[in-house]
Parts: sequence; structure tokens; C-alpha cells
Amino acid sequence: MAGNAPTASEYVVHHLTHLNNTGHAQENIVDWSVINIDSMFYSITIGLLTVFLLWLAARKATSGVPGRFQGFVEMMVEMVADQAKGIVHSAESRKFVAPLALTVFVWIFLMNAMDLVPVDLLPRIWEGVYASAGGDPAHAYMRVVATADLSAALGMSCGVLLMCLYYNVKIKGVSGWVHELFTAPFGSHPLLYPVNFAMQIIEFVAKTVSHGMRLFGNMYAGELIFILIALLGGTATAFGFIGHVIAGSIWAIFHILIITLQAFIFMMLTLVYVGQAHEAH
Amino acid sequence: MNLNATLIAQLVVFFVLAWFTMKFVWPPIVKALDERAKKIADGLAAADKAKADLALAEKKVVEELRKARESAGDVRSSAEKQASQLIDEARAEAGRIIAKAREAAEAEAGVAAQRAKEALRDQVAHLAVAGAEKILRREINTQVHAELLANLKQELQ
Repeated sequence: MAGNAPTASEYVVHHLTHLNNTGHAQENIVDWSVINIDSMFYSITIGLLTVFLLWLAARKATSGVPGRFQGFVEMMVEMVADQAKGIVHSAESRKFVAPLALTVFVWIFLMNAMDLVPVDLLPRIWEGVYASAGGDPAHAYMRVVATADLSAALGMSCGVLLMCLYYNVKIKGVSGWVHELFTAPFGSHPLLYPVNFAMQIIEFVAKTVSHGMRLFGNMYAGELIFILIALLGGTATAFGFIGHVIAGSIWAIFHILIITLQAFIFMMLTLVYVGQAHEAH
Repeated sequence: MNLNATLIAQLVVFFVLAWFTMKFVWPPIVKALDERAKKIADGLAAADKAKADLALAEKKVVEELRKARESAGDVRSSAEKQASQLIDEARAEAGRIIAKAREAAEAEAGVAAQRAKEALRDQVAHLAVAGAEKILRREINTQVHAELLANLKQELQ
């Protein structure tokens, strides 16, 4: 940052503040008038990259001998298709759910992978651009990992919730689903209706919140640790430099596992939740 | 760690991307995969069939070879038989011809000997008559003693 070097806490807070339409950190916990420009930029850019890459493979897809790239994409398609077949027992629903799961897997993987970009690289470039445009670099916020934004992660899990509600109604009919809401899981008895209904609502909320929170938590924690490791190197001492190299390497290598695993878990839970919406209690 | 309108926007993006994949990515890839699976299955079946055909053809070849060898043997033995038969026939024919020729020669020789004998007898008779004539001179009349001479000739036979 230009000017005075920030303290460690200023550095961390700066890195964890979103670039939004207000230009400063969001003050209320929930504020629907605020939108995070950085999250939207990175998630849309990476989303377009995702569908572009997939489309690139689909455009040239033939039944002949596949190239390496096509083979790679086909491998993912086959993996997702197999999982979907095992979990969602409706060929009609799979036509939408399986492609969705594939998109979600690749998209979240790539968004997570932004964690492996050096933690100061893109924010520092943005600071330079912002300063040269006459702004105060101290307010040039930028977070590059869209999945480490709670709103974005919950946005996707809410999308899954909407799908669950849609398929519940579609498969069971409105009356069937309402019947299930009041009679499952404890049984059909007027006294049990409120309890059943409360349990169902808790189940939906818990599923959705945990689905989004799990992804957010993992990526947020990973990002924070990268920031802390960068702070270590920021001490500009021999210990800090060696510590940064060793800890950064170990954490980045370990993080390859986490970003893949979290993308896979999000995809699998999407399939599982949609699959559950197809099954009567 | 705040909630804001990003949630709504991300939700919309989520469905837009999924829709794109469903529309333009998933169907061609899955189609290609299914087609390739079918192609491979067909290829394997064709390979199996070709292998079976090959085995059948080999069996046929062996059978044909065996038949050819058999018929060649037949041809050879019958040819040998025919040849030996021809030789036998020729030998018998030659024997017959030789015997006939010998018979004819013998007959001719017999006839010639007979003729020579008769000529010799005539001459002897004449010589005897001439000798007797010389001895007896005029006393002998050829016409008178013709009977005598004929008897003499008869005796000489």
C-alpha cells in the first residue's frame, strides 16, 4: 500500500473487505442494498470461463478418438452423470440436475482455485489501477475468492433450495408435498402436525445454511491462512521469508485438496438434496 | 461476513450457467459418449465375429487340403493301375503276334520243304529213268513203262 505501511490488523482487515457499490465496508450484517462487485466480477468471469471451456469440448465432441482436453471433460461428465444416476432416480429431472451439478463442480473448483493465486497479486494490481484513477488506495478493496463470500456461497445453496422446493412440488404435487410437510417424519396425527412442520422447516433451513456455510467456511479460513502466511513474509526477515516459503508451499499444496474436495462436496450435496426431494418420506 | 444482494445475483448466475450447460454442453458430450460406447461395442462384436469366421475358414482349409490329398492319391493309384494294365495288355498282344508269326513261318517252311522234296523226287525219278535208259538203251519205251515209273515214284514217297 502506498504511504505508511499498514499494521498487521489493518492488512488483514483490508484483505477481508469486499469491494462493493458503497465504496466502504458494509456496516449492517444484512443489507440488501449492497452488492459485492468483486465477488460478482470473479464469479461471473469464472462462470463464463467454465461454460466456455465446457462448450469448447462439447462443440468438438464426436464419437471418434477424443483429444486430451475432450477426454478430460468427458471424464468429468461421466463422473457427474454416474453420481447423478445413483442419487437422482428420475431421468427427466437428471436432464437438468446433472448438467447443473457439472457446472457447479467446475465453477466452484475454479472459484476456489483463485485462492492459489498469490494473495496480494490481484489486490495490489487493483490498488495501482484505483490509485492511478485518483482514488485512495486504502479504499481499493478486492477479494478474489468469490466462494469465500458468504453471500455468494449462500446464494448458490439457496439456488439448490429452490430446486428442492420445485422438485418436491413437481414430483409429489402440491397436496402431496403439503401432506408430507405435516405428517413426516413423526407420523400422521393432528397433535404431531406442528412438530412435523417445524422439523421440516428446520431441515430445509439447516440443509441450505450448512450447504453454503461449509463452502464459505472452508474457503474463508483458507484465504485467511494465506493472508497470515503473507504477513509472515511481510516481516522481511530471514525467518519470515523461509517461513513464508515453507508454510505457503505446504498450505497451497494442502489447499489443492481442499478446493477440489469442497467443490466435489458441494456438487454431491446438490445431487443428494435434489434426490431427497424426489423421495417420499 | 455480511449478507447482501450478492446472494440474489449469485443465485441468478447459478441458474443461468446451469441452463447454458444443460442446453449447449451436456447433450452433445453425452451423445458423443453414448455413440462412442456403441461404436466400441460394435467393434468388439465385429472382432469376435471375425475371429469366429477365421477359425471356421481355417477348419475349412484343413478339410479341403485333406480332401485334395485324398483325391490326388486316388488319381495316382488309378493311373498306376491303368499303366500296369496297359503294359500287361501290350505284352499279351506282343506274345500273340510273335506266336502267329512263328506259326506262319513254320507253315511256310513246311510247304517249301514239301515242294523241294517233290521236286527232288521228280528229279530222282527222272534220273533213275535216264540211268535205266542209258543202261538198257532202246529196250525201254517211255510210254510202255510209264506205269512202272509211276509206281517207282510212288514208292519213293
